[in-house]
Amino acid sequence: MSFLVNRRDLRFVLYELLDTASLCERERFAALDKATFEAVLDTAHQLAEDKFASHAHELDENEPTFDGTSVHILPAVKEALDAYVEAGFMAAPFDEELGGMQLPYTISQAAAALFHSANVSTAAYSFLTLAASNLLRAFGDERHKRLFLGPMLEGRFFGTMCLSEPQAGSSLGDIRTKAAPTGDGDYFVTGTKMWISGGEHDLSENIVHLVLAKLPDAPPGVRGISLFVVPKRRVEEDGSVGPLNDVTLAGLNHKMGYRGTVNTVLNFGDAGGCRGWLVGEPHQGLRCMFHMMNEARIGVGLGSAMLGYTGYLHSLEYARERPQGRHVDGKDPAQDQVAIIEHADVRRMLLAQKVYAEGAMALCLYCARLVDDLETSADLQERAQIELLLGVLTPIAKAWPAEYCLDANRLAIQVLGGYGYTRDYPVERFYRDNRLNPIHEGTNGIQAMDLLGRKSLRDGGKGLRALLAQMEPTMAQARKHDRLRPWAVDLAAACARIGEATFAVGAVAASGQTRQALANATAYLHLVGHTVIGWTWLRMAVLAANAPADTTTADADFYAGKLHACQFFFRRELPKTERWAALIVSLDDTPSTMPDGGW
Amino acid sequence: MKILTTVKRVVDPDAKVRLNSDNSGLVTEGLEAKMNAFDQYGVEEAIKLKEAHGGEVIVVSIGDSAGTKEIRTALAMGGDRGVLVTADMSEIDPKGVADLLAAVIEREAPDIVLMGKLSVDSENNQVGQRVAAKLGWPQATFAFTCEVADGWATVGREVDGGTANVRVKLPAIVTADLRLNEPRYASLPGIMKAKRKPIEELTPDDLGVELEPQLIIQGYSLPPARAAGEIVDDVDSLIDRLQNTAKVL
Repeated sequence: MSFLVNRRDLRFVLYELLDTASLCERERFAALDKATFEAVLDTAHQLAEDKFASHAHELDENEPTFDGTSVHILPAVKEALDAYVEAGFMAAPFDEELGGMQLPYTISQAAAALFHSANVSTAAYSFLTLAASNLLRAFGDERHKRLFLGPMLEGRFFGTMCLSEPQAGSSLGDIRTKAAPTGDGDYFVTGTKMWISGGEHDLSENIVHLVLAKLPDAPPGVRGISLFVVPKRRVEEDGSVGPLNDVTLAGLNHKMGYRGTVNTVLNFGDAGGCRGWLVGEPHQGLRCMFHMMNEARIGVGLGSAMLGYTGYLHSLEYARERPQGRHVDGKDPAQDQVAIIEHADVRRMLLAQKVYAEGAMALCLYCARLVDDLETSADLQERAQIELLLGVLTPIAKAWPAEYCLDANRLAIQVLGGYGYTRDYPVERFYRDNRLNPIHEGTNGIQAMDLLGRKSLRDGGKGLRALLAQMEPTMAQARKHDRLRPWAVDLAAACARIGEATFAVGAVAASGQTRQALANATAYLHLVGHTVIGWTWLRMAVLAANAPADTTTADADFYAGKLHACQFFFRRELPKTERWAALIVSLDDTPSTMPDGGW
Repeated sequence: MKILTTVKRVVDPDAKVRLNSDNSGLVTEGLEAKMNAFDQYGVEEAIKLKEAHGGEVIVVSIGDSAGTKEIRTALAMGGDRGVLVTADMSEIDPKGVADLLAAVIEREAPDIVLMGKLSVDSENNQVGQRVAAKLGWPQATFAFTCEVADGWATVGREVDGGTANVRVKLPAIVTADLRLNEPRYASLPGIMKAKRKPIEELTPDDLGVELEPQLIIQGYSLPPARAAGEIVDDVDSLIDRLQNTAKVL
């Protein structure tokens, strides 16, 4: 059994739930078919097992070091990434003319899922490069593409995203990094950037930093931020890599998890010689970044989901093998002990992990499918609708897995007991790795404000209504099955709760009290998130209930598992929405009114 | 140079295989399938030979049509075309496999045949040898090195207690051991190219082979559970037990 993912489940999500094969009817994907997708995933799976999973533990124990001159990283990281590039993954989603395969985003995310599961630390270098490449593809000019994007897709240059600074993380409007025209069309960049993953290493010939900085005439706040490409080494017009570009490593951050991904503090232009090139229009840097935000956030959610997923598979295997104790109603010491999967509370913990991890993976891949539709659907009206839907789903796809698949990892540790708490088993590493995900790429608190303040209240709640409308057909299908009917009713009730909660908060916001309106945004994120995951499980349950009767035993077991997991979610998880909705409607302000002297 | 290599579709060795209810066979449905690991070494070596000497690599498999997937993988690694002999593998013994392969090899007339030394599911380790005997070709089994020049192959073989070097005149059968090379991955561009490479499907009848199994599997059983150990008082009684009870000394 693979510990990366249940491939049957991945195929279920890709082809039964999302009908990814039908994308091949579109011009962009016409050269591809389902067999090709599976062959790509087979290579990803084998590469992830052989080259990524194999050194995940060793890398965690041996985090990168800085000797004052250079950064040292476990050699297995470079071997893995070289093999990843060699196999063609770096360029896979890009156009054929750029050397890519025009792989749908859904399939490249499914491949990414395998690398996340195997070793998030090593995979991060390639995903950062992919994200930076994406930005240059969308906003770079011919020169950026020739000098930087080309080598990045060939895997010769790696990329980073330099947004945060020591004093400005969530509040990017307050960054201080400056860019001043050199007079010859380029810019001198000066400033310090914080939390830069992959900021310094010798895994690639060059590192391409995408840096947010302010021009001299910049308006204050977020409207005055521009985007620059700043290489570690200058790149000459003929593409040759030149001298260092005055980007210096101030130090490494030593983290709880993701320890193999070097995380740096970078100084730009300490010696006055750091050249950058403007990407996109002046002062439009944050807009460029936000254009890529949906995909970046879905990627974070999927990473979280897969850490939850691999933790689930590890703890499931352990629970099947570990004999401990006897059933409470038959404690005869002469009898053999039972495997701990026999114990009710262990089963609860395994099922909770299953619904969190499989639900989160399905949601993230559904969002990836929406990205494909947004880019390739022929129907313009459909595209507008998808944009709304993706807007409202993105904060959920990022924050819900980050919250609940972290909890899945907590449960995986619990299933293993004392062994789970040791570094002899990987589940504590999954937990530490996953603990990053509620923090980065917009904290979960910020996702909650985005969901409530921006996506649900603005424009008359168009995004939210688009989402709720998507759930209707699923409920209609579910009502046709006796077992599913009560769940359709429960889901409708949860949707109604979202309506009430949004209405209550909307009224406060309309009266100008925005701060009060958003104070319980996190409860709102949980409310909508659980409803969306409930919907996702109901969609899967409908497919399972409609599966042909003459299926194989293995498939019958698989579908029965889906139905049972759906039951778990509807009986034990969805009811939590009642409490969250009640809290939101009550407009409780206890945190806001805590007297300052009382802390 | 014409190079022929063979691939077998096997159940993922990491999957848990169970016995069916009457112990007459294994339950493999629903389990992931893969290319036999030793065949990957054979395919890799075939592609390396082609890269060094030119020519073409023909990938042969036997089984149901699902086996085209493993052939495609080998084509994505760098093979040129495939041949699938459609047959029910559960009804073919190693002799049958060798007969079918020998027939394909006679049709194709390659300069060299590279095979895995055994398949990781049944572990019979005899098909390469049988094919060589059937064709009357030289064989070099358990290869960990393979050099081809001037119509001869020089093969380093892993044998008990060390290594042996043999030279075989081509055409010959070479079976791969796991130190022969590091198989490449089926790259994404390779997968795209493989889509356009031809796979010919043949039946045993097409090859004029009549399958008459000489090996009939009577049943399967799990190894007996290990009995509990025993603590003995001193070295003398340990030796006594080893000699008289376990009979290993």
